[in-house]
Amino acid sequence: MGIQLDFPAVLERWPSFLGGAALTLELAALATMFGALLGTLAAVGRGTHNALIAGACKVYVETIRNTPLLVQIFLVYFGLASLGLKFSAFTVAVAALTINVGAYTAEIMRAGFEAIPRGQIEAAEGLALSRVQIYWHIILLPAVERVYPALTSQFVLLMLASSVCSQISAEELTAIANYIQSDTYRAFETYIIVAVLYVILSLVMRAGFWGLGLVLFPRRRRLGTPL
Amino acid sequence: MGGHLNINHLIFLGHGALWTVGLSLIALIGGGTVGFAIALARISPLKSVRLASAAYVQLVQGTPLLVILFLGYFGLAAIGLQVSPLVAASASLTLYVAAYLGEIWRGSIQSVPKPQWEAAEGLALSRTQRMLKVILPQAIRIATPPTVGFMVQIIKNTSLASVVGFVELMRSGQIVNNSLFEPFVIYAIIAVVYFAMCYPLSLFSQRLERRMGRGRVNLAPA
Repeated sequence: MGIQLDFPAVLERWPSFLGGAALTLELAALATMFGALLGTLAAVGRGTHNALIAGACKVYVETIRNTPLLVQIFLVYFGLASLGLKFSAFTVAVAALTINVGAYTAEIMRAGFEAIPRGQIEAAEGLALSRVQIYWHIILLPAVERVYPALTSQFVLLMLASSVCSQISAEELTAIANYIQSDTYRAFETYIIVAVLYVILSLVMRAGFWGLGLVLFPRRRRLGTPL
Repeated sequence: MGGHLNINHLIFLGHGALWTVGLSLIALIGGGTVGFAIALARISPLKSVRLASAAYVQLVQGTPLLVILFLGYFGLAAIGLQVSPLVAASASLTLYVAAYLGEIWRGSIQSVPKPQWEAAEGLALSRTQRMLKVILPQAIRIATPPTVGFMVQIIKNTSLASVVGFVELMRSGQIVNNSLFEPFVIYAIIAVVYFAMCYPLSLFSQRLERRMGRGRVNLAPA
């Protein structure tokens, strides 16, 4: 019995930890950007009158939401490899996370689209706005404003979930922790430090999204409510 | 390497799937028990209890499950307890699930309309009576759809227990893959099995939600 924790032995690797944290942020930022795009397209696709496109989007969303991320990552990793395509583990990780978060984003965006009152779209049609203008100004932007909190917490969860990418040895915080603990034999201390870093990263992301929201949605800032 | 997927491999995967169900139930029961305590602590009249439980939720929700699993696995070993992967995975999942279920249930309890609390107080019910007889029966109705939805997350998250060597569905797939080396086929089968477990629950949760009308509790775990 008796715990002997030796933090200094692990903490002297702090440049590696910080590098890992930066890589995790990079991974999360890339997947968030691509995933937001993919998810919005899937949400738009689900709302179209073309049954084939709507059905395909539904299958995509339900498949991803009902299988574990770990399985998806392996499938993308080995799937690409069996097609003879060679990518770095980091690229595969970005692709798998994008596919994953895209499905969750699609569900959230769909809820946002459904919350747009029908009358506003009719009014826009009455004002002779084009389809593209209606989609952009009347549906997409107000919907994003409304679901922004749900979207951002999904993106923070994505950052945390990106730790799973260590299983295909993509370089990020958890993978670097696995490295350090096998090097120092100080597993418990290493993972405590990593846990603290993840908590800090999620707080930083939350603060960042909150600040971004203030800039992006001035109406929400002034009135305190979404449109 | 070599050989083809045969019935023995499928039986092995079936055992793994059973353990996935088992581990999910352990996590649900353990996490539900601790989570209920967390939910009550979050609305406790004592400020210190409220703060401590809020800190717990923030810490766990800010840490990836994978890291919590490693902490459980190596942490219990560091204090001199020799634990099996099952114990380590169960303990970690319990702590993780408790933080999320605690928040869902706190939201459900607090969304019982205020006059109900006041009426119960006006009838001179004690705090315990008020909770058991007035608030919780109504809160359970509100909490059911998101809880069923979260069970899908639990099943998916048990796949991470494979990294500490617990042989559930994912790990058994990796073991089969090590002997056959047909990763795409095997992981596709694994994905189908997970889907078959999760999709009915997802549909059930959606149906409950629709029957209840628009719920006020939202959650969006990964």
